[in-house]
Amino acid sequence: MIEVKDINKSFEDKQVLSGISATFYDGKTNLIIGLSGSGKTVLMKSMVGLVTPESGEILYDGRDLLRMDLKQKKELRKEIGMLFQGSALFDSETVLGNVMFPLTMFSTMTAAEMKERAEFCIERVNLKDANHKYPSELSGGMQKRVAIARAIALNPKYLFCDEPNSGLDPKTSILIDELLSDITHEYGITTIINTHDMNSVLGIGENILFVNKGRCGWVGTKDEIYSSGNEALDNFVFATRLFMEVKKVHDMKSAGFKV
Amino acid sequence: MFLRTALHTFGAYCLFIWRVFSTPDKWKVFFKRYIAEINKLGIDSIPLVIIISIFIGVVCTIQMKLNATSPLMPRYTVGYATREIILLEFTSSILCLILAGKVGSNIASEIGTMRVTEQIDALEIMGVNSANFLVLPKIAAMMTFICVLVIFSMATSLGGGYLVCIVSDVVPLSTYIYGIQTSFNEWYVWYALIKSLFFAFVISSVASFFGYYVKGGALEVGKASTNAVVTSSIFILLLDVVLTQIMLQ
Repeated sequence: MIEVKDINKSFEDKQVLSGISATFYDGKTNLIIGLSGSGKTVLMKSMVGLVTPESGEILYDGRDLLRMDLKQKKELRKEIGMLFQGSALFDSETVLGNVMFPLTMFSTMTAAEMKERAEFCIERVNLKDANHKYPSELSGGMQKRVAIARAIALNPKYLFCDEPNSGLDPKTSILIDELLSDITHEYGITTIINTHDMNSVLGIGENILFVNKGRCGWVGTKDEIYSSGNEALDNFVFATRLFMEVKKVHDMKSAGFKV
Repeated sequence: MFLRTALHTFGAYCLFIWRVFSTPDKWKVFFKRYIAEINKLGIDSIPLVIIISIFIGVVCTIQMKLNATSPLMPRYTVGYATREIILLEFTSSILCLILAGKVGSNIASEIGTMRVTEQIDALEIMGVNSANFLVLPKIAAMMTFICVLVIFSMATSLGGGYLVCIVSDVVPLSTYIYGIQTSFNEWYVWYALIKSLFFAFVISSVASFFGYYVKGGALEVGKASTNAVVTSSIFILLLDVVLTQIMLQ
């Protein structure tokens, strides 16, 4: 479980996070949603230590990231996997090389064991015959899957995903969402997904944090989101005609109508 | 304002170098990357070094012949002066200025691209000291292989002079060979090698620094690459003055 308590962060004169607090649970897909510029990426980067907040606490099962020394941070980071928006695969390495990288750096496995583990992870994300391809030879969806395989190679306790569906077609987005959800439940990982994709929100959002102007705007599940009563959240989630219709259908069903 | 920015950049550079010179997470991985960098930064530069050195050797020999016209000056002066120019300045300073362009821009753009595509962030998240992992093998490779490049350059430059003596009547070949052997001071070879070690450090570390702290996109990577080449060239020239004053006093 990750707890974020009263985090504040500003860049020059602009306050990006204003006393935000939230809890992200084990074995659940925790989603951070919000408008562009609302501070959700800064929140995620603060949680993984890429940005240092001015105040607050970030507790990984009780261990405060902001009060750790370098050695403790290094140890914690071995428990973290991260999927970046642009996949961030190493261009000079093949798919197998990318997935084996964290194992090479931090595991005590033999070369054969590392290869076996990497191949298992690649298979787990449903990639076939791509082991010896370079990232530039893969499609966006395949790159994301390789990045997921790399992120889970060391059996992380915490998995962070920064906009995993950006740049993907709706079908591939759903596949990636399902994959992340399956992995989360299978390994009991604390997964935190930063997303704009409403399909993800309504599909896999087990614990949703809505960030509004650097503050916690709303917290709930995908089922509670229809009746949040939060205007800013409704404006964000049900902004398109498609999702307005989805909400109407849901409201009618809730009222006992047959749809 | 300028002084403040310069001091801030220098401070950031020192902190960066402090991070670079820490113990690698895995020596096996370090040596693998070290060999790869020797191949990429050093061996790949050999053709450029050979081509430029041959032409400089040829031009130096012709220039010496054209300018050393006094009848009081022995004809072997052409070979002697060519050797001195090549050993004292060309194979260390000028060659390193050329390498600052080739290798420096390569390093800055490679690391800069890794920064803007979040590959460096990915390394940091995994708990890897990215500065050490990416930069130390480059600095080590440049500093060890520069000696090979300098020696290659010395040989091929003098070989260029040799060639021009064969194919034209600049000076008789035997006179040229006599000239390049006359009053040979072995220290000049060491001087060139020692200087080039400093220059290799400047080229690889300055370029890495500019690449590592790129913010933005492809445009900024290009700017960082240009800044890396310009800054390392200036530092090479400044260091050249200081080292020459110290070592040839």
